[in-house]
Amino acid sequence: MPPREGTYGLLAEFDNPSDLVRAARQAREDGWRRMDCYTPYPVEEAAEAIGFHRNKVPLVTLVGGLMGLTAMFALETWVSVLAYPLNIGGRPTYSWPAFIVPAYEWTILWAGLSACFGMLALNGLPALYHPLFNAPNFRDGATTDKFFLCLEALDPKFDLLEGRAYLESFQPTSVVEVEY
Amino acid sequence: MATSEVKTSDPGIDPATGEYRVLGQGQTFRSVTEKISRIVLTPHTPLGWFAFFGVGGAVAVMLLTAVTWLFLEGVGIWAITQPVAWGFAIINFVWWIGIGHAGTLISAILLLFKQGWRNSINRFAEAMTIFAVVCAGMFPLIHVGRPWLGYWLFPLPFTMTVWPQFRSPLLWDVFAVSTYATISVVFWYMGMIPDFGTLRDRSESKIGQYVYGILSMGWRGSTRHWMRYETSSLLLAGLATPLVLSVHTVISFDFAVAVLPGWHTTIFPPYFVAGAIYSGFAMVLTLAIPLRKWYHLEGLVTERHIDNMGKVMLATGFIVAYGYGMEVFMAWYSASHWEAFMMWNRMFGPMGWSYWVLVTCNLAIPLTTLWSRKLRTNITFMFLLSLVVNTGMWFERFVIVVTSLYRDFLPSSWGTYRATKWDYMTYVGTLGLFTALFMLFVRFLPMIPMNEIRMMLPGAKITPKVTAKAGD
Repeated sequence: MPPREGTYGLLAEFDNPSDLVRAARQAREDGWRRMDCYTPYPVEEAAEAIGFHRNKVPLVTLVGGLMGLTAMFALETWVSVLAYPLNIGGRPTYSWPAFIVPAYEWTILWAGLSACFGMLALNGLPALYHPLFNAPNFRDGATTDKFFLCLEALDPKFDLLEGRAYLESFQPTSVVEVEY
Repeated sequence: MATSEVKTSDPGIDPATGEYRVLGQGQTFRSVTEKISRIVLTPHTPLGWFAFFGVGGAVAVMLLTAVTWLFLEGVGIWAITQPVAWGFAIINFVWWIGIGHAGTLISAILLLFKQGWRNSINRFAEAMTIFAVVCAGMFPLIHVGRPWLGYWLFPLPFTMTVWPQFRSPLLWDVFAVSTYATISVVFWYMGMIPDFGTLRDRSESKIGQYVYGILSMGWRGSTRHWMRYETSSLLLAGLATPLVLSVHTVISFDFAVAVLPGWHTTIFPPYFVAGAIYSGFAMVLTLAIPLRKWYHLEGLVTERHIDNMGKVMLATGFIVAYGYGMEVFMAWYSASHWEAFMMWNRMFGPMGWSYWVLVTCNLAIPLTTLWSRKLRTNITFMFLLSLVVNTGMWFERFVIVVTSLYRDFLPSSWGTYRATKWDYMTYVGTLGLFTALFMLFVRFLPMIPMNEIRMMLPGAKITPKVTAKAGD
C-alpha cells in the first residue's frame, strides 16, 4: 500500500498539449516512471510519451464475448435437447443453425459489457476521491482546457525541491505540490 | 484533401488545410465547454422547454390511459383480429426501433470510419436511440395479451419448467432487442463519463456537484484512463456495428420466415436495415434542426452536418427504393399467383392509397430533391423533408404489415383493418413519451460530447516546436 499521507506528487500545468507532451517525453527519457498526464480529451502522444502503449481491455472483451457465446449456445442446446424438447415441424431437437442468432447476440452483449466494465475496473473507477482533486487548479482545468503532468512521490527519483525545479524548466503555467 | 475546383474563398473551407470545416470558426476548448455545459448547468430553464415537456408529458399520460385500459380489457380494444392479427403495435415497434438505428450508426459505424463530423451529433443521436428503443420495446410487451406474464419470453427456471422455443424468430427478437437496448445504454453512458467530470467541476450547486460527481465515477482525465477508454469505445463501436445490422435483420425474420405473400422474401434483411437508417437519419434531423436553433449551437452542428445527413439519406433511400423495386419485380418474376395478386392488391386494392403515400414520401419527394446541395443545406426544407420521410417510413411498415395480411390466400378469409382510437392513442402517446424523455435529456445531460469536440479543435494539434510564450 502506498503511504496515505504527505505528498502525492508535483503537478505542472500547461496551456497546450504540445508543451505537455514535450515535458512528459523528456521526463520519461530522464528516467521518471511514476508519472501521469491529465488532459481534457484523449491525447495519444501523451500516452506514448509516458510509455503506456498497451492495455488489457481487448483481452477482457474477448474473454467476455466467448463466455457469452458459450453460455447461450449451451443454454439453447440444454433447453432444446434435454430440458424441454419440442417437435417443431419435424426438425431435429439439436437444430444448431437456429441457435446461432441468440448466441451471436449474447456474444455481443457480454463482450460489450466486459469492454465497459473491464475498462472501468482496470482504471480503478469508480473512485470518487483522488488526491489530485486537492490541487487548487486541477478541477477547473483538467476537464476543460488545461494539460497536467504529475510526477508522483512514489518515484525513486522524487525529491520535492529538485522535482519542482525540474518541472519549472519546462516553463509550465504553474507547479503545485499535491497532498494526500 | 485539397480540391482544386473548390474556391478557397469559400467560408466553409479551412484555408490552412483546404478541408471542409466541420465546426464553426474561432472556438476554443473553454468556449466550447462553456457553451455546452451552460445548457445543463444554468438554473434558468427556458420557457419553451416547459412547453415541450408539458405537451410531451400530457401526451404520455394519454399513453398511460390507453395502456391501462388495454390491461383491463385486453388487446380486443385494438383493431387486430383475423386476418390482420398484427396491427399498429407491430408497425410502431418496427418504426421506432428503425429510428433508433441511426443513433447507433452515427455513434458506432461513423466512428469506425473516422468521420469526425459525427462528434457533434452522436450524443443526442444515441439518446434518440435509447428513447426510441424504450418506445419500441413497449409494443411487443403490451401486445402479448397478458403482459404480467412477459417474463415467459426469457429462459428462466420457473415452476412450470416450460422453456422458450429457440427456433422461433420471435424469440431471437427478444435477445436481439434486449441486447441492443443494453449495449446502447452502456455505450451512451460510457460516452458521457468524461463529460460528467466536466459538469462536476463546473457545477456551482452542491446537488449538481454530488450528482454529476457520482455519475462521473471520479473521472480525472488520466492518460492511462483515456487510452483504456478509447480502446473500450472502439471495441464497443466494433461490437455495436454488427449488432445494429443484426437487430433489424432479426426483426425482418419475424416477417420473412412466415410463408405469407409480401413477407416471404429474402430481400427483407438488407431492405429493413437500410430503411431503418433512412428513417433514423430523418429523425436525427427532426431533432437536431430545432435544437441547434433554440440552443444556438449552429457553430457545432453546422450546415455541413445537415448536408452530410442528407447524403446518407439519399444513399439509404436508394437502397430502400431498390427493395421496393425488387418486391415488385419478384411478384412478377416468381410467377406466383399469390405474390402477383398481393402486389396488385397492395397498389390498387382498397388500401392502395397507403402504398402511394409510401412511394410519395419515401421515393418521389426525397430522392428527387436530395441531389441538390442547395436544398440539402436549406434548413427549413430539410426539417420538412425529415417529417415527410418519417411519415413515409411509418407507412412502409403499415403497408408491409397490413396490406400483406388483409387479403392472403383464401378470398373467404379476407378482411380489412381499421385502427381504433386506442390504437391511435397508443401510437401518439409514444410520441409524447419520446418527446418528454428527450426534453429531460436535453435539460440534464450534455447533449453534445464535449471531450470529442475538443479533439477536433485547432488547439488540439500537437506541434513539435516550442510555443512562444508572452514575456519569454
